[in-house]
Amino acid sequence: MNPDVLTLTGVTVRLGGRTALEDATVSVRRGAFTGLVGPNGAGKTTLLRAALGLVPLTAGSVTLSGGGAGYVPQRHEFAWDFPASVQDAVMSGLVRRIGLFRRPGVRHWTAVWDALDRVRLGDLRKRPVGELSGGQRQRVLVARALVVDPAVLLLDEPFTGLDMPSQELLTGLFTALARERSVLMATHDLSAAAYTCDRLILMNRTVVGEGPFADLKDPGIWMRTFQVGADSHLLKTLGLTAVEA
Amino acid sequence: MTPVDFLADLVNPDLAFLPKALAVAVMAAIMCGAVGCYVVLRGMAFIGDAVAHAVFPGLAVAFLLSGSLVVGGTIAGVVTALLVAVFSQNRRLKEDSVIGVFFVAAFALGIVVISRAPGYAGSLQQFLFGSITGIPDRDLYVVGGTGLALLLVIVLLHKEFVAVSLDRETARALGLRVFQLDLVLYVLVTLAVVMAVQTIGNILVLALLVTPASTARLLTDRLPAMMLLAPAIGAGSALVGLYLSWSWDLPVGGTIVLVLTAVFLTAYLFAPRHGVVMRTLE
Repeated sequence: MNPDVLTLTGVTVRLGGRTALEDATVSVRRGAFTGLVGPNGAGKTTLLRAALGLVPLTAGSVTLSGGGAGYVPQRHEFAWDFPASVQDAVMSGLVRRIGLFRRPGVRHWTAVWDALDRVRLGDLRKRPVGELSGGQRQRVLVARALVVDPAVLLLDEPFTGLDMPSQELLTGLFTALARERSVLMATHDLSAAAYTCDRLILMNRTVVGEGPFADLKDPGIWMRTFQVGADSHLLKTLGLTAVEA
Repeated sequence: MTPVDFLADLVNPDLAFLPKALAVAVMAAIMCGAVGCYVVLRGMAFIGDAVAHAVFPGLAVAFLLSGSLVVGGTIAGVVTALLVAVFSQNRRLKEDSVIGVFFVAAFALGIVVISRAPGYAGSLQQFLFGSITGIPDRDLYVVGGTGLALLLVIVLLHKEFVAVSLDRETARALGLRVFQLDLVLYVLVTLAVVMAVQTIGNILVLALLVTPASTARLLTDRLPAMMLLAPAIGAGSALVGLYLSWSWDLPVGGTIVLVLTAVFLTAYLFAPRHGVVMRTLE
């Protein structure tokens, strides 16, 4: 069996006249928790959107294995003030599968409740989404992606604005989900990514480095990715020291 | 005038226009209330306002040619909605600016067109502020049929509309045709507005679209309940508004809107969970 669930080959994306992603080639392995890191504007979200077919590719190709991808966007993309319950929100992930002009059946509700149990929100399924905490909202979005049983989950900045206990709970959840399928997570949180992800993809417009953190000990890769100098605290945080030139 | 006198007038054959006006106003209020829920939840009130104004040139042309106001208004509203959707693709301009350009342009076109009609001032006032006289029998069937069709489309596409309203990007990633669904919604808004324009008038119709749905939102956190409450509030206010306007000889559109506003303010103050009074007591 192909070890990769998602492969982008030479992908270039232009958005509004500017190149957001250039000649990016990455592969996401089955059963792995992969972190996608880079500075603001590095094209992390664009890479996820390209993988989902949400932006036209100027060049390159995307291959997704059977099962498809589940998208977990940034929390502010979702209308939390909408009068919907937790289970309604998760059900919206099944809209396409239920089909046009049809109503959800028993098996669809079962899938929704299973997904909610998976993210440990089973007892809040009737709560209005507007009354949830940030961490609970994030878990609703994960359940909505899980409900179609995807081969890979694409997470966009899931930790932004969350406190440490929520982050820890989510990290445990993501690690477990990565084992049973595959997870690709775009994140700003470098140290968390370095210590929890099996593999890292470093990017700045294109892919600068890729592999397990243990194989990415060359500070030069990090300096190129984040455009920082050799004495940056970023390298110290990661336990890397620049070799004097 | 007591409600009993009002009932007597409703069945008086010399006042045949009155029950017709009531039926049209109530049916239009039901349509606007249902579609208005999406308008309010998606923050599309400005689009609703734009569509309401944009139907005007269609009404004016239909009036000049003695054609169907419903058909004329619908065509003009849909064309304007399409223009807005297409021109909004240009990322340099925000959608609300594009809407601002086109709806005023459409309204201006309507004024120029209707100025060519004989008896211009009277008909203009009727269009802008509504009237309960002069509704042909045919319109009763048109409004009733359109109302049923509109409610059917809402029932059939409800879960898609909800998915797009909750999260556009993810809906698109799931493979929903977001742009087409938006267009269908614009057409529904246009139809509801056109049906209501006759009695309540071009300028005040926005109240039927936005006020009942906003009131319902204050009263419930459940969308199905909201979508039943909003049409009920709209229809009830249309009935009470028409009654008050008939008994005190007030303009019908304005009276209905003031009744709606009174209901909204009451809900704002006394809603069980989110009202000002309950929150103060908590």
